[in-house]
Amino acid sequence: MLEAFQLEFMRNALLAGILTSVACGIIGTLVVVNRIVFISGGVAHAAYGGVGIAFYLGFSPILGAAGFSLLISAVMALVTFKNKQRADTVVGVLWAVGMALGIVFIDLTPGYGVDIMSYLFGSILTVPRFDLVLMAFLDVLILVLVVVYYNGFLAMSFDEEFAMTKGVPVKGLYFLLLAMMAFSVVMVIRVVGLILVIALLTIPPYVAEKYCRSLSAMMLFSTLLSCTVSIMGLWLSYSFNLTSGATIILVAAFFFFLAQVFEVLRERKWNRSESRD
Amino acid sequence: MQRVVMSTPTDEPKAIEVRDLSFSYNGHLVLRDVNISIAQREFLAVIGPNGSGKTTLLKLFLGILKPSRGIVRILGKEPSRVVSEIGYVPQDTSINKDFPISVLDVALMGRLGGAGRGYRYSAADRRTAREALERVHMWEYAERPIGRLSGGQRQRVLIARALTGNPSILIMDEPTASVDKEFQTELFEFLKKLNDSMTIVVVSHDMSVLSSYVKSVACLNQRLFFHDAAEITPEMIEMAYHCPVDLIAHGMPHRVFRDHEDH
Repeated sequence: MLEAFQLEFMRNALLAGILTSVACGIIGTLVVVNRIVFISGGVAHAAYGGVGIAFYLGFSPILGAAGFSLLISAVMALVTFKNKQRADTVVGVLWAVGMALGIVFIDLTPGYGVDIMSYLFGSILTVPRFDLVLMAFLDVLILVLVVVYYNGFLAMSFDEEFAMTKGVPVKGLYFLLLAMMAFSVVMVIRVVGLILVIALLTIPPYVAEKYCRSLSAMMLFSTLLSCTVSIMGLWLSYSFNLTSGATIILVAAFFFFLAQVFEVLRERKWNRSESRD
Repeated sequence: MQRVVMSTPTDEPKAIEVRDLSFSYNGHLVLRDVNISIAQREFLAVIGPNGSGKTTLLKLFLGILKPSRGIVRILGKEPSRVVSEIGYVPQDTSINKDFPISVLDVALMGRLGGAGRGYRYSAADRRTAREALERVHMWEYAERPIGRLSGGQRQRVLIARALTGNPSILIMDEPTASVDKEFQTELFEFLKKLNDSMTIVVVSHDMSVLSSYVKSVACLNQRLFFHDAAEITPEMIEMAYHCPVDLIAHGMPHRVFRDHEDH
């Protein structure tokens, strides 16, 4: 395992995995407890529109994806704020429109050889230095914002109406959360691709939720689990020559099912000791 | 902790004042021409069937919703300007029981907001939260996750959360919905004590909130029927529920109908 990480591209991949895990753990936790997983999926797929536009206009696809998903997330925040559960149609439409735009713009782009697959399934092995710096910057930004507004996010996620009665700017925080989600999604696209974003964003927090007693603990646990998953996935994909993004997701899924089985066993044990009393 | 207003009742602002209030949602009229004036240290029960607009009325009191027409004043001011005066106790069913949060952290939420407050809790905030939890006998559960409490215990925590804000008005949505009879009695004893220094508004579809401690009753069904006494007239119920009174009055504390002339 260690010799694999002596290669520079593997070191970069490792770093990308870890940097992404920080954003994933923090924002994924907020996404899961606010039950907006579907919205994160929508933003991830719509981001492809940004990739297409960036190719067409000839600038950095990651910046295109970031800008476009930020725009889409603002639109989604606007339509879903009042009614998070029933806005799924609009989210579904934006999801599809974003992807379609991306495909059409790439069709319109002169020349041939745009590597679409890397955006669909990730390209962690070819992460450029610029992206790493951008990821680190976004991590710091997300960390600072979540620390500063932690109690506001906590109140909003737990009981939005009560938070409103206390004068917490719930609407502002919701827009902020979706904006941060958009940035996280763009980072995750690099690692596992936009099709698999939801898995990496939500599996670690979903597992963590069962074992944590506070939102901050859940963020930390998710981040660590996400790191573990990325490192193991990378190593397995290197060892067995598999697609890295998909391998990372399968490792995450392994932990997900492990947690489910453990949960069932724990409950059974709990029930047995209850009935003995 | 307690605030005592020493002025005479005449120049004291009303706890809640609602004038000609109407509220529509998606073109559907939910509340029509609601007028009510609730004095400080009043104990009001608003009852009405499901879908009568009770929760909407509460949200208008709380400033979460804005009236389509008419005005709402809390202590003479806009609801959004007096957030620290109101303690809101939502329905237990609105709480996500899987949420990773401890009892103490829930209670602390009552300290959010207010003028110039950030999002950090101070030692004083923690002290207030502890006092509130002690008042509802839940301090020993401070570290317990909110999901691992009974309905009655969770209700106490939600009351403590409202009290940590040190409010002068307590607003409760369906407080008796997910608790047993024993806890209901205890709850109303507790509310009676709070009522010495606090205005209390309780909203429910369930007549069991009409304990003998309630000082006045209003019936809601799009319109509000209110008499400034703890008396519920057959007409009020008839209008609010559109069904025969004796059906609803069954099992209701008799004192609500009589014995409150001294108010």
